[in-house]
Amino acid sequence: MDAFLTVDTLLPMLVGLPLLAAILTTLLKSYGLRTSISIAVALIQLVIVVALLSWLSNSGPSLDTQHQRYSLGGWGAPLGIDLTIDGFSALMLALTATLTLVLTIYSGYYFSEPHSQLDKTARFWPLWWLLIMGINGLFLSGDIFNIYVTLEIIGLAAVALVALDGSRAALTAALRYLLVGLLGSLCYLLAVALLYRTYGTLDLAQLSAIAEPTAITWAALALITTGLLLKTALVPLHFWLPLAHGSAPAPVSAILSALVVKTTLYLLARFWLDALEPAATDYGLLMLGMLGAAAIFWGSIQALRAKRLKLMVAYSTVAQLGYLFLLFPLFLSTGDTRDAGLSGSAVSAVAYFIVAHACAKAAMFLAAGNIMRTVGHDEIDQLPGLAKYMPLSLFTFAIAGASLIGLPPSAGFISKWLLLNVAIDTGQWWWVVIILSGGLMAAMYVFRVLNIAFISVDEKVQTEPKSSINEQLTVNKLPTLMPLCAFLLAILTIILGFNAELILDLVTIGGDV
Amino acid sequence: MTQELLYNIASIGLFGIGLYGLIVAPHIVRKILAINIMSMGVFMLLVASASNVNGTPDPVLHAMVLTGIVVAIAGTAMALFLAGKIHTLGQASDKDDH
Amino acid sequence: MFQTPEFQDNNHADELPVVSKILCAIAVGILSLGLIVVLMVTDNPPSSLPALVQGQLTQSGVQNPVTAVLLNFRSYDTLLEIAVLLIVAVAMLPNSQDSRLVSVVTNAQVNPVLEAVLRWLIPMIIVMAGYLLWTGASLPGGAFQSGALLASAGVLVQLSGRLQFCFTSTIAKLLLTIGLITFMIVGVGVATTTGVILQYPTQLAAPLILLIESAATLSIAAILLLLYNSLATQTVDISSASAKQPSTSNKSPAPNETLQSTTGEPAS
Repeated sequence: MDAFLTVDTLLPMLVGLPLLAAILTTLLKSYGLRTSISIAVALIQLVIVVALLSWLSNSGPSLDTQHQRYSLGGWGAPLGIDLTIDGFSALMLALTATLTLVLTIYSGYYFSEPHSQLDKTARFWPLWWLLIMGINGLFLSGDIFNIYVTLEIIGLAAVALVALDGSRAALTAALRYLLVGLLGSLCYLLAVALLYRTYGTLDLAQLSAIAEPTAITWAALALITTGLLLKTALVPLHFWLPLAHGSAPAPVSAILSALVVKTTLYLLARFWLDALEPAATDYGLLMLGMLGAAAIFWGSIQALRAKRLKLMVAYSTVAQLGYLFLLFPLFLSTGDTRDAGLSGSAVSAVAYFIVAHACAKAAMFLAAGNIMRTVGHDEIDQLPGLAKYMPLSLFTFAIAGASLIGLPPSAGFISKWLLLNVAIDTGQWWWVVIILSGGLMAAMYVFRVLNIAFISVDEKVQTEPKSSINEQLTVNKLPTLMPLCAFLLAILTIILGFNAELILDLVTIGGDV
Repeated sequence: MTQELLYNIASIGLFGIGLYGLIVAPHIVRKILAINIMSMGVFMLLVASASNVNGTPDPVLHAMVLTGIVVAIAGTAMALFLAGKIHTLGQASDKDDH
Repeated sequence: MFQTPEFQDNNHADELPVVSKILCAIAVGILSLGLIVVLMVTDNPPSSLPALVQGQLTQSGVQNPVTAVLLNFRSYDTLLEIAVLLIVAVAMLPNSQDSRLVSVVTNAQVNPVLEAVLRWLIPMIIVMAGYLLWTGASLPGGAFQSGALLASAGVLVQLSGRLQFCFTSTIAKLLLTIGLITFMIVGVGVATTTGVILQYPTQLAAPLILLIESAATLSIAAILLLLYNSLATQTVDISSASAKQPSTSNKSPAPNETLQSTTGEPAS
């Protein structure tokens, strides 16, 4: 019994707990019971992650390797499957737990409108918890075939959640997302086949020890990259994302943009910088960076042209994902940065960016969801003067937008600052230009929305839209907790902006072992 | 032509044919079939890699194929379901127009 | 590439132009050729894993190495895989409120030949499924195979037109999740004695694996039957065309009739 209750057991609990929640919410019929169980499980998950993090930081970088892995079934790699945790994955798990809690509370209120069909929550909660289980499983997994199964879990659950509305637009977007996701997973599986043929093991740690820069490793890495780029929606493979994230219910869009696309980015980082690092050619890294730069420009341009609020936020995700891919060329230059693997300064900057963007984007999608729920639509041009009636949501939008642009004191500012630092240190000035101009373009599309919402109504627009907004508000009054959740996430970006060391220290744990 | 070369060509060939079909075919059911063909190609490569002339074949690869088949079923079922729902939604709205 | 999905062959109206198709074929061909060349150039060194599996096989509780890998060495993957099936099952659950698992169809259009054959066939299928489940420990077989066989029995029963399955009741949902529940209980339960999740004590490994496989068979059969059900009863009642969401209507037509109507009628 003693051996069971160690800190290590927390690792499989992070996978087992959401699974338990999914099973319970499938079986229970009462709506209230499902919601309360979900909130309770989200709280417990956060407690577990906090316990894990505090244990990790106290143990410090001189961690005994054994404690960082949990061998399921007791067999140990390569025969069995191991769960692993290091600084980067611990950070992602913390992000998942925090977002899950806030979004679970939000979803409890979002789906409780009086005229809603109860079947939506009967399907929402099990799918939600299975998605969270997949995300946790992916971050904890140390086996490349296990990662394939978790990728499929995440993909199928996300598609089912996007299709929840049942409208034709949502179903079409979901079907496109599904086909793209299946294509990506198949490319990944083919790469797993190639890797097992060559190296005889499925374990990530063992692969990083024995990988060599041969042609087949390069082919496997290329296949993995193609598959994961499809799932991360990097330009030019991004065509499925705007409609999928734009047609989903608000909490689903939030988790998709904030977390699901980051899981595949995390995998790309792990394969390029850690497991298959000998095969990572300089040209490949550079190409990823250039695609990232293209994403920044293309996404920002499309965001400027978007007519609907949720579409604009989705295109903004496409643009912000481009920043994350600057990780790869920044990792490129100096020798010691390469050896540092996943604990170098480039990875710290990108990890910080992931957290900042996740909180800001989730806050933005929740604010957009609030607006859509209140006013009934999200056409940007028809929202003049909205700030007077929904101050909290618009304020949330403004703070989140400030983080996306990179204004101090938000976390977005710190993350851009870190990226610029690494770029200047490694002498790659052109990335500096790209980062700064990306911030400028983000300012343009964020201010476009804020301009319309915050200015007083001008003479062209008659009183009619204003009174209809007023009517809508009295009819669709939001429960207070919904805008509060969005606001909380936005405030989180400010808090993270003041406490940068927390995250940066965490990322570097376990890198030297 | 050795057996190994034959299986390699066949499996990657299936993968390529499926990929081409996925991109080019206009009908949604053909796209779903193309994904199935691609996955069959990958499974064939996995099973062919498991061959061992002297002893029992590699069981880990066979277990991977079993898991992969189940995952492929789930994906195909979801895709067909979504396609069917879009189709019936389209028919209902068309009937309303007439 | 993936604009609005097409549901009929429009005389090549919506296909890509021939040039694009040729370019795409060339690109895919080059990619495939490259992969084949890479595969032929590298040796295929024998992996150490089969020997490892063979060495630990006696302690795994079964004699079939594939079953040992699926349900003992890499049981976590199998657990996640059943969760994948559950995702699709939940996504495809119908909206109807019919709360019985097996119900007799009113105004049934029974297929008498099929029904007569099924009187002999269904018991044989069930016995065969049980045999596959039992023999999975030493010969090819196991939970997935017998679950698929049981699901096919359910499909045949529904095709004959007399009975109909519906999975919205709590009992039915229990059937859907029993595999995962058993897996989790066993996985956590053994940890109290051995200290590691999913590590079976050696002498109990064989019965535990059988227990998990039996529950998984029930779940897999139920889920596959549910998938078939949702796909087969997906139709718009053409006579009373309303713009509501396409949930299964309360008196679903007999499935073989449905299949005829969806394949026979031309799309508008």
